[in-house]
Amino acid sequence: MARVSVWLLVLLAAMSLPALAAVEVRQFDDPVLEQRYRDLTATLRCPKCQNQAIDDSNSPIAGDMRERVYQQLQQGRSDKEILDFMVRRFGDYVLYNPRLEGRTLLLWGLPAALVLLGIVLVIMLVRVRRDVAARGLSEAERTRLDALVHRQGAHHDTAHHERNE
Amino acid sequence: MKRRLLLLLPLLGFLVLGGFLYRGLSMDPSDRDSAMVARNFPEFDLATLADPDRRVDASLLEGEVTLVNVWGEWCPTCKQEMPQLLELAERGVRLVGVDYKDTRAKGRAFLDEFGNPFEVNIFDPEGSLGFDLGVYGAPETFLVDVDGVIRYHHTGYIAPEDVSRVIMPEVKKWRE
Repeated sequence: MARVSVWLLVLLAAMSLPALAAVEVRQFDDPVLEQRYRDLTATLRCPKCQNQAIDDSNSPIAGDMRERVYQQLQQGRSDKEILDFMVRRFGDYVLYNPRLEGRTLLLWGLPAALVLLGIVLVIMLVRVRRDVAARGLSEAERTRLDALVHRQGAHHDTAHHERNE
Repeated sequence: MKRRLLLLLPLLGFLVLGGFLYRGLSMDPSDRDSAMVARNFPEFDLATLADPDRRVDASLLEGEVTLVNVWGEWCPTCKQEMPQLLELAERGVRLVGVDYKDTRAKGRAFLDEFGNPFEVNIFDPEGSLGFDLGVYGAPETFLVDVDGVIRYHHTGYIAPEDVSRVIMPEVKKWRE
């Protein structure tokens, strides 16, 4: 039984090898550079895939893009230069974080606008309720309230008296 | 009455959202704008497939409206596309090929088997020109005008009906 488990483990390990092979191991002397490489490859979208970052795609084009990111980091290019380089070739599609520009204004602006609208609505509702609470009663309402309070009060009084007796 | 109408707001929001989602169902996610259109064909310096000693660069594409087709022996769709490219060549369109991520032997064997509509083939074994063209698969086709500016980018297969319906009108448009 133990032997079977060992063999099963070996089999499982062998089956997971292709998954490891999908993304190559890169050597970095500088941990900052390594972190930038991780961030960039996680934010660049594979143009061949529907929804996958280049850091975990095994599509050939994703491999080429990782290679360019690596080379350009080693050459001392900035993140912006590297992203520009990719956008010039593959378009805005490859950016998981769309840039703030004319045609993305709605995309970036709508959530902020909706939050603002929500705040304004809440403020308005609170004000309306406070006004209602603070407003004095009209003459008719007062008379009616008095009548109700009086009747209930009388009832209470009676009960009170009854208990006392 | 006014308050009652306000209660319809969530329903309205749902309908708007539903409208967007419904439209999304019939949209093709691979159909998107190319970043290359209206830009100069990228600079390159590569050998041709036929002759390793002959170097070509971007000036190859100036002076005549040219259809640049990116292909490779490893690409099954490229084989299905060849009859359409041969027809375009027959109709007088100048075609230049880019043999993308291929070996010389396989690329030449491909042309022997499926025909050669190309005036010349640029040999791009590393895929460097392909990368600068924003190619992420094959086949892809670019229409380059007389000044070497990319005017049209066809991602994927040119179907038989696309020859008369899409490619020829584009070629005629940029010849004028």
